[in-house]
Amino acid sequence: MAFKLDAKIPAGALADKWSNHKAAIKVVSPANKRKLDIIVIGTGLGGGAAAASLGELGYNVKVFCIQDSPRRAHSIAAQGGINAAKNYQNDNDSVYRLFYDTIKGGDYRAREANVYRLAEVSNLIIDQCVAQGVPFAREYGGLLANRSFGGAQVSRTFYARGQTGQQLLLGAYAALNKEIAAGTVKSYPRHEMLDVVVENGEAKGIIARNLVTGEIERHGAHAVVIASGGYGNVFFLSTNAMGSNGSAAFQCYRKGAGFANPCFTQIHPTCIPVHGTQQSKLTLMSESLRNDGRIWVPKKIEDVKALRAGKIKPSDIKEEDRDYYLERRYPAFGNLVPRDVASRAAKERCDAGFGVNETGLAVFLDFKTAIERLGEDIIKQRYGNLFDMYEEITDVSPYKEPMQIFPAVHYTMGGIWVDYNLMTTIPGLYAIGEANFSDHGANRLGASALMQGLADGYFVLPYTIGDYLSKKIQAPKVDVNTPAFDEAEKAVKDKIAKLMSINGKQSVDDIHKKLGHIMWENVGMARTEQSLKTAITEIQALRKEFWKDVKVVGDPMSFNVELEKALRLADYLELGELMARDALNRAESCGGHFRSEHQTEEGEALRHDEEFAYAAVWEYKGMDQEPELTKEMLDYEFTHRAQRNYKD
Amino acid sequence: MNCFLYNSSVGKKLVMSISGCALVLFILFHMSMNLAAIFSAEAYNMICELLGANWYALVGTAGLAALVVVHFAYALLLTINNYRARGKQRYAVETKEPGVSWASKNMLVLGVIVLGGLLLHLSHFWAKMQLVEILGGHESEVGGQMIAATDGAALIQYTFSQWYNVVLYLVWFAALWFHLTHGVWSMFQTAGWANDTWYPRLKCIAQLVSTIIFLGFAAVVVVFFVKANCGCCC
Amino acid sequence: MNFTLKIWRQKDAKSKGAFETYKVTDISADTSFLEMLDILNNNLVHEGKDPVAFDHDCREGICGMCSLHINGLAHGPGQAATTCQIYMRKFKDGDTITIEPWRSAAFPVIKDLVVNRGAYDQILQAGGYVSVRTNSVPDANAIPIPKADADESMDAAACIGCGACAATCKNGSAMLFVAARVSSLAKLPQGRVEGARRAKAMVAKMDELGFGNCTNTGACQAECPKGISIAHIARLNREFLAAKLQD
Repeated sequence: MAFKLDAKIPAGALADKWSNHKAAIKVVSPANKRKLDIIVIGTGLGGGAAAASLGELGYNVKVFCIQDSPRRAHSIAAQGGINAAKNYQNDNDSVYRLFYDTIKGGDYRAREANVYRLAEVSNLIIDQCVAQGVPFAREYGGLLANRSFGGAQVSRTFYARGQTGQQLLLGAYAALNKEIAAGTVKSYPRHEMLDVVVENGEAKGIIARNLVTGEIERHGAHAVVIASGGYGNVFFLSTNAMGSNGSAAFQCYRKGAGFANPCFTQIHPTCIPVHGTQQSKLTLMSESLRNDGRIWVPKKIEDVKALRAGKIKPSDIKEEDRDYYLERRYPAFGNLVPRDVASRAAKERCDAGFGVNETGLAVFLDFKTAIERLGEDIIKQRYGNLFDMYEEITDVSPYKEPMQIFPAVHYTMGGIWVDYNLMTTIPGLYAIGEANFSDHGANRLGASALMQGLADGYFVLPYTIGDYLSKKIQAPKVDVNTPAFDEAEKAVKDKIAKLMSINGKQSVDDIHKKLGHIMWENVGMARTEQSLKTAITEIQALRKEFWKDVKVVGDPMSFNVELEKALRLADYLELGELMARDALNRAESCGGHFRSEHQTEEGEALRHDEEFAYAAVWEYKGMDQEPELTKEMLDYEFTHRAQRNYKD
Repeated sequence: MNCFLYNSSVGKKLVMSISGCALVLFILFHMSMNLAAIFSAEAYNMICELLGANWYALVGTAGLAALVVVHFAYALLLTINNYRARGKQRYAVETKEPGVSWASKNMLVLGVIVLGGLLLHLSHFWAKMQLVEILGGHESEVGGQMIAATDGAALIQYTFSQWYNVVLYLVWFAALWFHLTHGVWSMFQTAGWANDTWYPRLKCIAQLVSTIIFLGFAAVVVVFFVKANCGCCC
Repeated sequence: MNFTLKIWRQKDAKSKGAFETYKVTDISADTSFLEMLDILNNNLVHEGKDPVAFDHDCREGICGMCSLHINGLAHGPGQAATTCQIYMRKFKDGDTITIEPWRSAAFPVIKDLVVNRGAYDQILQAGGYVSVRTNSVPDANAIPIPKADADESMDAAACIGCGACAATCKNGSAMLFVAARVSSLAKLPQGRVEGARRAKAMVAKMDELGFGNCTNTGACQAECPKGISIAHIARLNREFLAAKLQD
């Protein structure tokens, strides 16, 4: 049974859609809001903002996070900034330009109406955050400062040093605290959602595990909001936090929610290269570094060899012997091309043998020109903390020698399919932020993730959820003692018991590393039909191995990190296959999805709009069954789809 | 009692700060007064006479005693509280954090030494001077001779002719020095009157004040010890 | 490199804990401290033993989750860094490293090296926010804020809530944490509006939760991974006292 997808995109001119929609949807009166319960999973920018705003409106909100405090959600790690179409710099920015840049940056695989709404509410976000006491960078006149980010020719990025995500999250967390104090929101830290309960086709609650005691709990609600972030950790090594996982989203998929464009993964160009097999995590260096840093590799292969042998230092290589390949290939945007383009260009140079470290998987990000032009003090002011962090990790000072960088998995544009109201294919189940698929198409622009999380949480969901809940005002409190809850709880307990009983030979991490290797080699920056087919077979085999040979130690009824990891890996082993299947189906290149068979003569991504201008929505059919594909066709009424051009 | 000076941590610290500040001011006065003894026994005794059992001196003494009691009682209260806050299980390994002064972590111990010294000092001087007058006397026996309650200079002369007193007093002053190197800038911090620009200045002032106090007091002790023990050569 | 690790093991909040000694071998100098613990844990799992529980998440020094007391110092050797930002090159081959959880009455141990820092959340819930509703706000540039004030606010806002301040303080005082929030908001016109109320409520909550009193040792600022200055404590004192004197 394929999905009957209705994106519920309002009619009318692009600029009027959101206003018209808001006017058309129903609202819930204050007296009735008090009777309605909402569960929010995740406390990042999306979940935190949503829970706070919903609590403020008067709903009874329960908010869950796996960390010890809502403040630790991984949104906190975003460094560079948040976009908004304020046009404070007078550089001819506008809502339309932000919309257009985002659609184009996403390589025409996002919904126009959603993206326009995102651009439209972007300005409100900045207002909101300033009012919450977020200390954005300011100019001497006391007004807000901006900087540039990849994929844009205007300066529209607001920032708070290199800690923008942290500051925005502290704003949302503060708003959440205000509501917790007021009693409208109840916080459940160190709780992990293990299943969503669906009854009569509607989301009715969740099954959660208390990570401290191991107890399995039931929580009922009139609506459930998934704000659990992305699933980049399927690659084992990524810039995501160690605990970031795709399990909450995956449970929704398993319970019947469509999962859209799972293969759209963003590989961030500026990460610290992998140093060895003992590594557990990749560290991101902010994209803002590309404002002043220039990316290059040597022109001569002899220099590369000498570098690898440690015979010369990068600074010994003469200016004319350096290949500033981004500036060479993309004169108009230079070092500020979108992430997918920058990542692929780095891979192209490294594949050609110009990688500058022992593994051949690194390029230089150099501040020499900027230091000469602006002086070391200004550079220190702008990037001091990032430079210190780099030196701490690598023992090399970026003031003296260029940084070494290489692309790494960073963000997943794909996610749970949602309509214009952010509701999934299961009524009453919503998905916001990175957990959904809606706004970034095939590639996300820098500083847009924070924008989307907060837009969904503060300004979209609080309105759209009312439309559904207005039909629930007569509904009683959700009873958690129903067969649906019994069944869901039993399934979770059985799964845990099964994992604990295998007692094989491999640790969870051993298997996760294998999965990561399969994913990176075959479903990574460049994919081919062959590599994807290989990936599917290998993942299937690895999944069998997992269920036969994994070793989970400890007591399930206590604090048990190995069990947590095993539960997440079990889902990754299915999600990885789904990603490969989706990538195989999409026989074109677009944004972060690069199929080597489909490229232009210059090596750029080659889209096939006639065949693939759709969101691929997958329906779960069972662990070893092929999922079913439904297509949501994407209409481009207001923009002209063109080959992305960052050259002129 | 529903007052922030008693039931809030910051309020309690303010009490420490203000009482400490008053005590520092008194100590500075006392030190200046002592210096007079080096130059002229008469001048010193004149001050002693002013500070006999008259009403303002008695009020002052009572006030000082109250300050000491409050400062010490609050210190105990805070320390007990802090000890509890630290929890039952202590760290097995502790390393000194960079830039943290030894004195700042040992204020209570230093305070106890200072208090001990104070009691000794009171028995040496106050008990022979103001207390005698309060009890209606005019003189008392010190080391086999009668000394008038107003003859502070003679008391100094006698006390610091004994080497062990000199040692005890110098230890006492050293403890006071440590206590004040932290206490003097800390009282500004607690009252909220400090910032990153002023820390170096305040810490410098604290060092200066404590060192002046140490030297001022120590000078009297040393001078009198030297005078008493090598009278022939000076 | 090879290391001997003395690690605090404690089954749960109620059990008594003790140190256990482990060896890890063949560790690269470029390995981070937590990766070294990952390696130890993977070995323990293979031996069928319970791995060491420790808090960690972002491994970039920003989430504030990691919380180890290493060789007597919160977040280990080196200043202005969290545990996850410590690399093994900071240690000597053959070193014995003692690893303990945060120790503070307000941070009870949950398991091994994991503690409950919920008290910090509770302090912020008492008033660490600006009471604005979503959407009822003026334009972001409506109120100019001097750059110096915004910068100072940001200095304080850099706090990651890791708990190192209270864990390091010999008095178990949370003053640096409370001050960072109060001071950050006090420097902004948006936060000034309820500044007095905030300072009083947060200090009261801090006292109620059993944190100790600040004696200005400055150990917190020395160990703070974000280098937050005790000047913010001075500002908190000022805010609190001014508020109380006006009552």
